[in-house]
Amino acid sequence: MKFAVLVFPGSNCDIDMYHAIKDELGEEVEFVWHTENSLEGFDGALVPGGFSYGDYLRCGAMANQSNIMVALKEFAAQGKPVLGVCNGFQILTESGLLPGALLRNRDLKFICRTVPLKVENNNTLFTNAYAAGEVINIPIAHGEGNYYCDEETLVELKANNQIVFTYEGNNPNGSLENIAGIINKEGNVLGMMPHPERAVNEIVGGADGLKLFKSIVKQWREQHVNN
Amino acid sequence: MKKVKVYVTLKESILDPQGSAVNGSLTKMGYEEVADLRIGKYLELTIADTDRDVDAIVKEMCEKVLTNTVIENYRYEIEEA
Repeated sequence: MKFAVLVFPGSNCDIDMYHAIKDELGEEVEFVWHTENSLEGFDGALVPGGFSYGDYLRCGAMANQSNIMVALKEFAAQGKPVLGVCNGFQILTESGLLPGALLRNRDLKFICRTVPLKVENNNTLFTNAYAAGEVINIPIAHGEGNYYCDEETLVELKANNQIVFTYEGNNPNGSLENIAGIINKEGNVLGMMPHPERAVNEIVGGADGLKLFKSIVKQWREQHVNN
Repeated sequence: MKKVKVYVTLKESILDPQGSAVNGSLTKMGYEEVADLRIGKYLELTIADTDRDVDAIVKEMCEKVLTNTVIENYRYEIEEA
């Protein structure tokens, strides 16, 4: 399986994402610069964290106007897996690929620590390797991770099981309903504030994030590889 | 030439912790009259002479990129410059 890691000016988790795929997952991966117009030949797209365009205007607002985003929207419309982490999640909400928005953290602080997450929906292509309700430990590192959407959208998110991860116990950022990650209705675009790519080896404090990437590959193999 | 002033505010339903913190400081300073304080953004654009409908393109820019209508409201003024 071949992954693309999109890179914008100011992305800073792109190398971690690349490392997770290449060295820990053992799959193919390439960086794709934001000026590119195509994602042809890729089976999955990863939108990494960071501070694209210095978070000018709003997080993800400038990145959403990049050439590569036109290609990413087509890629998503084809049903291919798209994962946005942290700033990547913010870019996906700005682009309309995911509903809602990420606001300033309730306590106005940048929070950088490992938090417990509950897998609310393990019936997605990103979470099939987790058990239902499993609690995993994944680092967060954000100043604007307070998920918000209007009531109508929230009803829809719940009705379609689109809430994939929630913060377990303490809500670090004021996020609505403790939401840490959501998926689109079609089930192929996941956005999350926590960083699974930073939890892929016990040597760095945990490997709970690796199962997310393994889930993607598992699903892809089942669909594309004839045994 | 036109000068365009765009005012962006958080929707009423959105909490503004930054505004609340500033309001808290004002109260502490003795300005107890301040009942509420919300922080927004102000953008100033200079638009060169164009055949396009300036009002229409300003609205379009606000909807497409300058604001996020999920969380923000906006209004603008267009003046001769």
